[in-house]
Amino acid sequence: MTGIFLSAIFEDNLALSFFLGLCTFLAVSKRFETALGLGIAVIVVQTITVPLNNLIFNGLLVEGAWSWLGLPEVDLSFLKLIGFIGVIAAMVQILEMTLDRYVPALYRALGIFLPLITVNCAILGGSLFMVERRYDFAEALVYGLGSGIGWALAIVAFAAIRERLRYSDMPAGLRGLGGAFLITGLMSLGFTAFAGIGGP
Amino acid sequence: MSLLRHVTAPLIANNPVTLQILGICSALAVTTSLATALTMSIALTAVLCASAAIISAIRNHIPASIRLIVQITIVAALVVVIDEFLKAYAFEISGRLSIFVGLIVTNCLVLGRAEGFAMHNPVLPSVLDGLGNGLGYSLILLVVGAIRELLGAGTLFGQSVLRTTAEGGWFEPLGLMALAPSAFFILGLLVWAIRSWWTVQNEAPDFALRTAPEAPRQ
Repeated sequence: MTGIFLSAIFEDNLALSFFLGLCTFLAVSKRFETALGLGIAVIVVQTITVPLNNLIFNGLLVEGAWSWLGLPEVDLSFLKLIGFIGVIAAMVQILEMTLDRYVPALYRALGIFLPLITVNCAILGGSLFMVERRYDFAEALVYGLGSGIGWALAIVAFAAIRERLRYSDMPAGLRGLGGAFLITGLMSLGFTAFAGIGGP
Repeated sequence: MSLLRHVTAPLIANNPVTLQILGICSALAVTTSLATALTMSIALTAVLCASAAIISAIRNHIPASIRLIVQITIVAALVVVIDEFLKAYAFEISGRLSIFVGLIVTNCLVLGRAEGFAMHNPVLPSVLDGLGNGLGYSLILLVVGAIRELLGAGTLFGQSVLRTTAEGGWFEPLGLMALAPSAFFILGLLVWAIRSWWTVQNEAPDFALRTAPEAPRQ
């Protein structure tokens, strides 16, 4: 369990090893504070949606899930994409309304980032990896939390580097996107040093 | 002729990956070999054209408040078709692409073009715009994929080009090219190369060096 958690944060970091959620990663990392807000939002949404999708996949979509109705040969797993994205969109919407009602301060801090999380591929990717690696519910919960923290860690660190980078005198063609790619590459190189941290 | 502009503009001058920052996730993940890059390019271009056509055809009937959900559902349905198609006819490649075919659903390139172009334009320009952006994306993928496979394994499409030392040749494969960081480096350098040629794409510095202003003489 600890192994899944640690390797989800470091070794199998969604952003730096699997390139997930990079569009947001590059677009919303210009300021440290916004990166932190987005990171927290991703942790929350990821921790909720991965276990929830695990329940839905194992309860409704996987082959044989309908055997209690006398339909053992029904295999709906091809519907997982549509199902997952629906769950994610709905969860983000519910989370948005709940935060707006009960924690307005956090809601205002997250602002536009909350709805944007729906199309963040790190979230959908987390759920798809959960299916591919056949996690059970508890493992899915831990994996959701770990991968969310890993993504948040990456974007917060990247934003901090990028704030310093604004004062540096880079070649004109590397300014902005090109430089951001190189920095991410170096960070990714650093994270490969964590290989094996999750244990066997 | 002006219609052709929709196809040619996104190739380099307005490339979705290197300029618009769209669809980067998959662009990096599937480029370890040329075959996966090519499969992914074809899959994405097909989804992009088909979704542009469908969304543009029903654009006047989509209520503005739920348009994102409608668009995502259309894209997801198309991706499911492509995913099943690949599993049926190219199972080995489909396994190597892992979850990344499914992730076309949240590929910001597809949604970005649907929201930004197909929602406001007739069917033909939308399809051409989808085709152009798909080709621009494919171009970057194939370049990165070719570099990574050639330097990482000495092969192209699995055919030996540079004979590796393991086969008795001279080429020592670069292990780094098979790892995640190399994709970032290659794409970063590619952006640099493109922007050295098309300098209009350079981003303005946040803090420019400022020469002392001419003090008003008293």
